[in-house]
Amino acid sequence: MKALVWHGKEDIRYDTVSDPQIEDARDAIIKVTSCAICGSDLHLFHNLVPAMLPGDIMGHETMGEVVEVGSAAGATLRPGDRVVIPFTIQCGECEQCRRGNFSVCERSNRKGELGDKVFGHRTAGLFGYTHLTGGYPGGQAEYLRVPFADTTHIKVPDGIDDEKLLFLSDILPTGWQAAAQAEIEPGDTVAIWGCGPVGQMAIRAAVLMGAQQVIAIDRLPERLSMAAAAGAITVDFERESVLDRLNELTGGRGPHKCIDAVGTESHVSLGQPDTLYDRAKQMVMLETDRPHVLREMIYACRPAGVISIIGVYLGLVDKIPLGQAMNKGLTFRMAQAHVPRWTDDLLRRIEDGQIDPSFVITHKVNLAQGPEMYTKFRDKADGCIKVMLKP
Amino acid sequence: MPLTNVTGIARSDGDPRLISKGPSSLTGTDRLTRALGWFSVGLGLMEFLAPGPLARGVGLEGKRGLIRAYGARELASAIPTLSVDKSVGLAARLAGDMLDLNTLSTALKRSNPKRHNARIAVALVAGVTLLDFLAYRAVKAAHRRKGSSVHDYSERSGLPRGAPASLGLARNESATPSAHQPTAAMGGASPSPRAQS
Repeated sequence: MKALVWHGKEDIRYDTVSDPQIEDARDAIIKVTSCAICGSDLHLFHNLVPAMLPGDIMGHETMGEVVEVGSAAGATLRPGDRVVIPFTIQCGECEQCRRGNFSVCERSNRKGELGDKVFGHRTAGLFGYTHLTGGYPGGQAEYLRVPFADTTHIKVPDGIDDEKLLFLSDILPTGWQAAAQAEIEPGDTVAIWGCGPVGQMAIRAAVLMGAQQVIAIDRLPERLSMAAAAGAITVDFERESVLDRLNELTGGRGPHKCIDAVGTESHVSLGQPDTLYDRAKQMVMLETDRPHVLREMIYACRPAGVISIIGVYLGLVDKIPLGQAMNKGLTFRMAQAHVPRWTDDLLRRIEDGQIDPSFVITHKVNLAQGPEMYTKFRDKADGCIKVMLKP
Repeated sequence: MPLTNVTGIARSDGDPRLISKGPSSLTGTDRLTRALGWFSVGLGLMEFLAPGPLARGVGLEGKRGLIRAYGARELASAIPTLSVDKSVGLAARLAGDMLDLNTLSTALKRSNPKRHNARIAVALVAGVTLLDFLAYRAVKAAHRRKGSSVHDYSERSGLPRGAPASLGLARNESATPSAHQPTAAMGGASPSPRAQS
């Protein structure tokens, strides 16, 4: 089969690889009908995530049709079923899964000992990501083996386009969780840093959850225009002071809820001197992340507010003003998305016409064009916000 | 991949194996820049660790300390050149090329018996400077945002009922999961207890 394969920094190739096989009774094989490039794939593209091996297949936003089912997965899946695959793999049985904390499933990371050593305790297996999270082959491919397939799938009905359903795999529940864990209440002002795909979903989620005022912060005009389309007030951090604008919009008190949809790779510029410091340290491996947004959120947030972190961080951050956070009484909520916790509800909202996630797709191309699309997406060229790939 | 080497992690037996390589996202400019970065590492190490032979070779015996400092500079410029911020590294390399040419020009005096070697060194540095310039120009062009290509997505609300009518639709619905509460989203599956290997 054909697949997008990681070979090293900035080196993604459209390779021919062997077809996946059923390895366990709970496995299924799906024929991929649509997949996408995620912002967190760029961390792999930039080789910022440790424990990747040349030859690893990329991709964790995938949907398709079931073509083969292991003997223990037959109770819930049959060949021909149309499914979206969550980016987290969940056993459905461990204590964390029973609590709904699917992204920290205790059993799905097949290299859990490594996760135990690096994170203290293992987290869930992920598709197309580092070997710290199992090193499972990803879904930017023609076929995908789904481990624990009986519980790692979202069945979706016929009659709705892939474009509307694909993002149940990641960015829609991820953006939704960002807003949900911010505990938005009517009357709240919610500030969202980063108007990439997850930020865009978080904006829509905040609106649906009743935020009185949603403020979207980015520097790219096309992303800001998309944010404004959902009613957000936009702030271009290259043209205006984020802190001044937030204070102006909140009577000097700051937003009640702050959402970080940027994560580890904050934009580096002279206007944000701390990002130069972080980038320099990152280059010589003295720091793994550039937490500019986190610092700014702590400073900007209203006392007793909530900081919701959904942008991916990798490891060690520096110069975090924890004293400010503690004295202001801020609450921190963060996690990789517990995808199945939200997807039944979100599928209902898609069917009900409350949200149509296809708005975010700016480029739809053949899988063979994947390598060049990684570069285009990274460079934000040609108005690229979200790439959908068709095998 | 130091971690993978230290831990000895490997792909699992059943995972798809590479059969043949296809087109890469790496461009010719990326490869040239990478080569220039590794050239910086090699030259920088040589200048830093063995400035004496280099100084003698071009008749600049009194400038060992300067050549060692240039070695450190080369190594420093290699870091961004080999990173994703290539333009920063290439700009640093170009500035360094100018310093190198300026220093080598002092070895072109008639009184220098190694003048011939110095001429060759100047020609080599000039050639590398040209490569640095071409790579820098190509990298800047590849990553430049073109003003005329700004896209307007102000019609893409993603909220089919419109933003004002969508406000608060998800509030006070009993079916809406909370950030603290699990749901029955796993359905009625009764999976076998065997873990994946």
